[in-house]
Amino acid sequence: MASTFKGKVWKFGDNINTDLVIPNYAVMYKLEDQLEHTFNANRPGWVKEMEPGDVLIVGKNFGVGSARDIGAIFKALGISGVVAESFNGLGLRNIINAGLPPLPCPGVMDIFDEGDVAEVDWVSGEVKNVTKGTTLQGVPMPKDLRDIVVAGGVENVLRAEGYLAAKS
Amino acid sequence: MGMNAIEKILSRKSEGQVVKPGDVVMVDVDFTVHFDSMRPDILKVNDPDKIIAMFDHQVPAPTVLAAEHAVNMRNFVEKFGVKNYFPVGKHGISHVLVAEEGYALPGKVLVNADSHTCSSGAMNCIARGIGPSEMTYILCKGRTWFLVGETTKIVLDGKLNERVYARDVIHYLPGEYGDFAQQNLEWYGDGLSTIDMDGRLTMATVSAELSAEFSLFPYDDVLANYVKDRARYEFEPGFPDDDATYAREIHVDLSTLEPQVVLPNFVANNVKPIGDITNEKIKVDQAFIGSCANGRLSDFAVAADILKGKKVAPGVRLLVTPGSQDILMKAMKAGYVETIMEAGGVVTSSTCGACFGGHMGLLASGETCITASTRNFQGRMGSPQANIYMGSPATVAASAIAGHISDPRNF
Repeated sequence: MASTFKGKVWKFGDNINTDLVIPNYAVMYKLEDQLEHTFNANRPGWVKEMEPGDVLIVGKNFGVGSARDIGAIFKALGISGVVAESFNGLGLRNIINAGLPPLPCPGVMDIFDEGDVAEVDWVSGEVKNVTKGTTLQGVPMPKDLRDIVVAGGVENVLRAEGYLAAKS
Repeated sequence: MGMNAIEKILSRKSEGQVVKPGDVVMVDVDFTVHFDSMRPDILKVNDPDKIIAMFDHQVPAPTVLAAEHAVNMRNFVEKFGVKNYFPVGKHGISHVLVAEEGYALPGKVLVNADSHTCSSGAMNCIARGIGPSEMTYILCKGRTWFLVGETTKIVLDGKLNERVYARDVIHYLPGEYGDFAQQNLEWYGDGLSTIDMDGRLTMATVSAELSAEFSLFPYDDVLANYVKDRARYEFEPGFPDDDATYAREIHVDLSTLEPQVVLPNFVANNVKPIGDITNEKIKVDQAFIGSCANGRLSDFAVAADILKGKKVAPGVRLLVTPGSQDILMKAMKAGYVETIMEAGGVVTSSTCGACFGGHMGLLASGETCITASTRNFQGRMGSPQANIYMGSPATVAASAIAGHISDPRNF
């Protein structure tokens, strides 16, 4: 897995919560059926507009709320990485465990406009606004946690070690 | 440099090394708590006796989909011989049950794929919500990682005034100090000894809304009395070292607090003392008391005390949902259920139910709810066009009678 991800930026503000990512009525749906409901309450239509490879640049306390697996949702939608002013701990765990690269980076909301292109080195922590030619330094995750992301998330590990049945 | 209580327990449960903020520690997990469903593709587990299984969010099953998931759960329990099992009839909200039933114990590590697992911090238990895939990982491997956050020490002084509750304390903090994302909380102070276990469990539960990691209460006389007849296992509490350091210390004088109401959609810096909003006469359509935050016997008692001899205002639905079968039974025997029903309220079976917009009490667009459940997020309890305010059970009961958000000190 590359140490960088690059893509078009979507911005979301502070306190983006799990219930906005996965609405209550969709909690028990299969993952593939949950995807179209992402941000239905706060930004209807976003799922149709976004494209695989896009990057999320988000505000403070991202992923606050429930255990709903926001990492699996964004991974399945093809988001290439999430850069946040700060993360909620549970939201961060789900992003790591789904194999999606996270990067905490205070100040990141100020250097991007939506639609800019971001290039993020989530190992060194350097965040580049390719469109504007500006950079900012984030705080990379410890290596042990990056290794989970590189392994493709915890379910891949379990399947490889024979704890889970092979995908049908 | 000494360790605080959270770091001490994490140290003991890992390699015994000194644990400090910024560390990633691998920790042995004592219990995984599972509800409503299990994935059928799990081939082997670490230890069936460390599994606790129950029905809590959607019980009895309100949809065919939930019923199918319940079948998966029952099959799993049978396949792996899970003994710690609470089927429908013994059901309750998981965080309520693990405390009542003596699983969440001082110094233990407990995880559950529900964010309000931090509830068991009231038991001096390292407990947190994790995601469903990680839940499967721990079920299989018996351990997981924690990224150690900085810890804020909260010292409570004084005593709460009448009609002001633990729920108001845990609203006041994020109103004043914002979120505590990726930070831990430890609770101390003379004022804490005046808050009973129901109140502490409320505060630990709602710590999730402060975005906290672990929210740990001390093993003191109040907790020791609560666990002594319940504990199913030996336990070793976590205490801070004498020279423990904290990133921050916050003092709260309980005697200065008035009831605190959280405004809709988010919690951090979105809280008002009730005196600042009652003149707006915010009309309510639904008033809800329940969930892992406030579905306990003392919450029934407060509601019944306020509702006794009164009637819920026309056009308001008052719903009260207990946290477990045991609580409902005790609330019936104490006469609380009768009082609430005579006032025009509805008492349901135990479930997460309306709290997460699952069943039994969803909101229509344009409606307003005052709730003593866990969350005020947009769309949380039904329509994204509904407004959710949060207050203590007393504030909810008073508002149900008045028909608008009201100060319980007037009742």
